[in-house]
Amino acid sequence: MKHTLSVMVENKPGVLARIAGLFSRRGFNIDSLAVGVTENPDVSRMTITVNAAEHPIEQVTKQLHKLINVIKITDLDPDNTVARELALIKVKSDARSRGEVMQIAEIFRAKILDVSRKTMTIEITGTAEKIEALELLLKPNVAEIVRTGRIAIERGEK
Amino acid sequence: MKGSEIIIESLKAAGVDVVFGLPGGMVIPLYDALFDSDMRHILVRHEQGAAHMADGYARATGKTGVCIATSGPGATNLVTGIANAYMDSTPMVAITGQARSDLIGTDAFQEADITGITEPVVKHSYLIKDTKDIPRVFKEAFYIASTGRPGPVLIDIPSDMQLADIDYKPAGRINLPGYKPTLKGNRKQIKAAAQAIAAASKPVFYAGGGVITAGAEKELLALARLMKIPVTTTLMGLGSFPENNDLSLGMLGMHGTGYANYAVTHCDLLIGVGARFDDRVTGKIDTFARHAKKIHIDMDPAEISKNVAIDVPIVGDARDVLAGILQELKKMKREPKKTAAWLEQVIAWKKKHPLHYKDEKGAIMPQFVIEEINRVTKSDAILCTDVGQHQMWSCLFYTHVKPRHFVSSGGLGTMGFGFPASIGAKVGRPEKTVIDVAGDGSFQMNIQELATAVCNDIPVIVCILNNGYLGMVRQWQELFWNKRYSETAISCQPDFAAVAEAYGALGMTITDKNDVGDAIRTAIKAKRPAVLDFRVKAEENVFPMVPAGKSIDEMIGGHKS
Ligand SMILES: Cc1ncc(C[n+]2csc(CCOP(=O)(O)OP(=O)(O)O)c2C)c(N)n1
Ligand SMILES: [Mg+2]
Repeated sequence: MKHTLSVMVENKPGVLARIAGLFSRRGFNIDSLAVGVTENPDVSRMTITVNAAEHPIEQVTKQLHKLINVIKITDLDPDNTVARELALIKVKSDARSRGEVMQIAEIFRAKILDVSRKTMTIEITGTAEKIEALELLLKPNVAEIVRTGRIAIERGEK
Repeated sequence: MKGSEIIIESLKAAGVDVVFGLPGGMVIPLYDALFDSDMRHILVRHEQGAAHMADGYARATGKTGVCIATSGPGATNLVTGIANAYMDSTPMVAITGQARSDLIGTDAFQEADITGITEPVVKHSYLIKDTKDIPRVFKEAFYIASTGRPGPVLIDIPSDMQLADIDYKPAGRINLPGYKPTLKGNRKQIKAAAQAIAAASKPVFYAGGGVITAGAEKELLALARLMKIPVTTTLMGLGSFPENNDLSLGMLGMHGTGYANYAVTHCDLLIGVGARFDDRVTGKIDTFARHAKKIHIDMDPAEISKNVAIDVPIVGDARDVLAGILQELKKMKREPKKTAAWLEQVIAWKKKHPLHYKDEKGAIMPQFVIEEINRVTKSDAILCTDVGQHQMWSCLFYTHVKPRHFVSSGGLGTMGFGFPASIGAKVGRPEKTVIDVAGDGSFQMNIQELATAVCNDIPVIVCILNNGYLGMVRQWQELFWNKRYSETAISCQPDFAAVAEAYGALGMTITDKNDVGDAIRTAIKAKRPAVLDFRVKAEENVFPMVPAGKSIDEMIGGHKS
């Protein structure tokens, strides 16, 4: 089962290394990771997705808590969370296929960022499933994909 | 004030009066400040020794131990000592010099990323990037090292940070939003534990080093007495419960006593306190205490249900929690005879499977040396050990009665720990007789610290159980590898007594059983560092033993024939 952990950390040097080190040393795999500063400049939020059974996730969070710079960890409830990822997809496409690609992009509410003679670059945000669905459609012509980690926030007033 | 002087001030503010270390280029400013201060510095001969001394000092006193090394190789030499302190939760602050801050990342001379290298084995670490952070960092470091579940904290200080001259402002209040150890146990859980204890007819306490860290030995004794509960301890927990008490089962686990292992296997309630269900204790995990409801009291929430599922978890300081349970139980209706049949069973196991060894004519039995140390010191010495068979015999054949009187590398099992640790212990408790039980292999891993003991006049007594083998490994080879003694014979070795004398210590070689006690007495009276080379029976084994992967009641060699 996939878990999305929202980890608030002190914005101090070495924090990312400590967290990454902890995961590898305890044998947990990080599926994706996104880091950014929060509304408070002293605090960063890491959104970490991990694939784990119930028991190890408890160990992961408890071990994470032991890191001095980790302030708070929330195991986000998928039913009560909005999550997004961003991908940039470069598609091989010339004048003939351009229209078709644009149509697909539109259906996915994706944006065209750049067009060259032989390629188009599409920006898409959404859930991992949505991004993967688009990718699947474009597949034979995809030249390059760049994806961010998932970021997520709880619904409602906090 | 210079950064280096601020370091000294910060150490003093933390109550430090002794540090262990060895200088080098990147800590010359710090050592220059030390030169004018009244801080005691013990100069070691290898930085690993400094780390183990700080560790031994901390274990014997309960205070935070401090070691200092220069950058690069000095810092990397500390690593084993830091890892050792981490595994056994010893409060320690390690200070390392670092290349000038503008050179960091350039592979400068003697630059090593020591915060990176030690990251998996520290409780926390700092790299100082501004001299004015020194007071705050030191205050935090000592606070983190010594509170909650203690552990080592590393402070890496570039040389220019030590040289910068700034206005000294003592540290303000500590503000660590991510570090709030839980001290008080949850009242509901404490009640649940008390009820489980009152309901149990076959309870056992399983006490670890956390009892000693928390200073909870009185509460443990009171609880065990009140409810008539037998107590077994881990290696780290030796001394948390007096072994001369009838309720004591001694140590459990791979080399535990038969009766401790049987009691744990058959109990209906296991009360773990400040112990972590380590694999050397549990043996085969799914059969460990298989009939028992389990209570686990620990400072570290991550230890709860890590290896074994727990029914009543209580996070908190062992002393607070045990006192709380005691209070609850005193309020409750108790059946004083509830555990009587269980205690009889325990006594029967003790009778049937006592610790024992076979004497061999003409030989000094290693177990006998430990028994003699026990007799001569009246179980009142601080006993340090290295790692191997001699360590296990020290666990088993000495009567451990007081906390902070047994200093041994548990989690990491570091050969070479015992001797420097004994020096640290003696520095912290100069009034005590401090004895290091060493192996002929282990002793040679930090033998150079004889110079430290002699030059600083630190009279520790090293008792080598010299069996001419890396004995513990040889035992495994004998039992499980068809007696193929690959690279475990070390009979080509120095004359230890002569080495000791060459360093200026007292050296003795003991080959007759009848001289064992006298040799120990002579060394104690000499009041100077001493090395006693006991030529013990070479191929003796530590029994009982639970083979790897077996349940702890499947011991071999535990039967008296
Ligand atoms: C630094 C280190 N290296 C290797 C080992 C593996 N090891 C464990 S016990 C042991 C033998 C120790 O020999 P000795 O000190 O003579 O003690 P004995 O078992 O003979 O009493 C060895 C090599 C270890 N624990 N630590
Ligand atoms: Mg040996």
